[in-house]
Amino acid sequence: MSYNQDMIEKYRGNFLKEVTDNVEEGDWVKMCMQCGVCSGSCPLGPHWEHPPQEIFMMIRANKREEVLESTSMWMCTSCYNCIARCPRGLPITHIMHGLATYSQRLGLAPQNQPTQKFANLFWKNLVKKGRVNELKLGLSLYFMNGFGEGIKTSLKMKDIGLNMLKTKRMSPMEYFGGHGCKDIKGLHAILKKAEELENARIGKSGS
Amino acid sequence: MAKKSYSFYPGCSSQKAASSSNYQVSVDTMCKELDIELNEIPDWNCCSASIGYAGGGELPRLALSARNMALSEQAHGDQDIVATCAACWLATKETQERLHDDQGLLAETNQALAEAGLKLKNDKKIRHMVEVLIEDIGYQELGSHVKKPLEGLKIAGYVGCQTNRPFGIDGESFENPKYLDKMIETVGAEACDNYEKKVSCCGGALAFSEPEKSQALIKDIIESAYDNGADMIVTPCPVCQMNTEVYQDQINAKYGTKFKLPVVYYSTLLSVAYGKSAKEAALDGQIIRAKQLEDIAGK
Repeated sequence: MSYNQDMIEKYRGNFLKEVTDNVEEGDWVKMCMQCGVCSGSCPLGPHWEHPPQEIFMMIRANKREEVLESTSMWMCTSCYNCIARCPRGLPITHIMHGLATYSQRLGLAPQNQPTQKFANLFWKNLVKKGRVNELKLGLSLYFMNGFGEGIKTSLKMKDIGLNMLKTKRMSPMEYFGGHGCKDIKGLHAILKKAEELENARIGKSGS
Repeated sequence: MAKKSYSFYPGCSSQKAASSSNYQVSVDTMCKELDIELNEIPDWNCCSASIGYAGGGELPRLALSARNMALSEQAHGDQDIVATCAACWLATKETQERLHDDQGLLAETNQALAEAGLKLKNDKKIRHMVEVLIEDIGYQELGSHVKKPLEGLKIAGYVGCQTNRPFGIDGESFENPKYLDKMIETVGAEACDNYEKKVSCCGGALAFSEPEKSQALIKDIIESAYDNGADMIVTPCPVCQMNTEVYQDQINAKYGTKFKLPVVYYSTLLSVAYGKSAKEAALDGQIIRAKQLEDIAGK
């Protein structure tokens, strides 16, 4: 059975409990008093399918698929305005990140959502050598929707790239190797162990 | 003043030929003048910033910052950790707080770190370079090194998000922090007192994935600086700097604006005021050249 099915079985009809148990900082959700300051403070507020305040109420109302399949959480810019202003002290930014991560683990995250794609490219990029390779990250971003669109985006971004090269804030040499950690084996072992421990805690087997 | 030493976490974007390598150059210049010694954490890794969440779960992300802190404890026992990048500082500080509040997570983190023979005590202070400047050095001392006051310049202090929330600088408010304005005044320039977009978001990493939505935010940040009569913007954050500088042409093309506003780091500002050369202040790293600062540096 899939992880999603496991969780449906386990928490049947109690999405709030599911979030409390499995989502980063999810135990805070029950503290929301629906004032709406978070939604009003969000720089991308108008672009959320369901702004944070609504997400919190939907969790309590068992709108499991509507929440987890939503593009909403992927609109978070991590500006922390909501955290700074929430009168109840909810770590809203972290809860949104946690919900996004959880929806991906369940296989419910929206397909072709650009931030979801970029966030995964970023993680893959940094894990490879322990440090971000900006050049490769940029290129993988431009080409994330296929070759044709990649060429179009690259042309559109050409001037910015040239400016970065000119001011030595980018180097083509980064494509061949680039910066990285010396003890990359150690770092990978740490990350592998951390993933194992976390999966065990949330009842997810292997990735 | 006696030399002050710190365990330094430079972060990915500050490396050679990376997007904020100019920040690092000016920080080095500024620190040399102020007798601040930065000891790089050996073999540090990326903090995963605030966009790494999708690929890495909570514990793997915490483990990344924990590894840096453990390496710092090992190499620079009694020195505070200092970061120049807002995201590096935030991720490390968040990890410290989370592991402090949750002993179960700390135990798991240490179990992961043990795979590479490391152990975290988690008792170091995690600080931003700005905190070092205003708390350990102080405005008075910062001002006493000024050789070329930046007189006649009007500057918008763009603090942005992650140097300001959720932790911010001690004693400052989230809605209207004053430290950047005070720094601007310390080097003899005039701060835009009513800069409305001082703590607004530039879109952060979403400038890459949601360029149109983010550029709408960036446009307002630059426009407000112009409205306040600013000659340039100054910021403490690599992402803020990059987002507000490099997209100005694209914004002009889309909105019919005529933006050409330089965006510099506080460390560049201080370096120029301290009489350093354009190269030492990293003015050659500006995509939109800061002509007025070049003139002062060339005098």
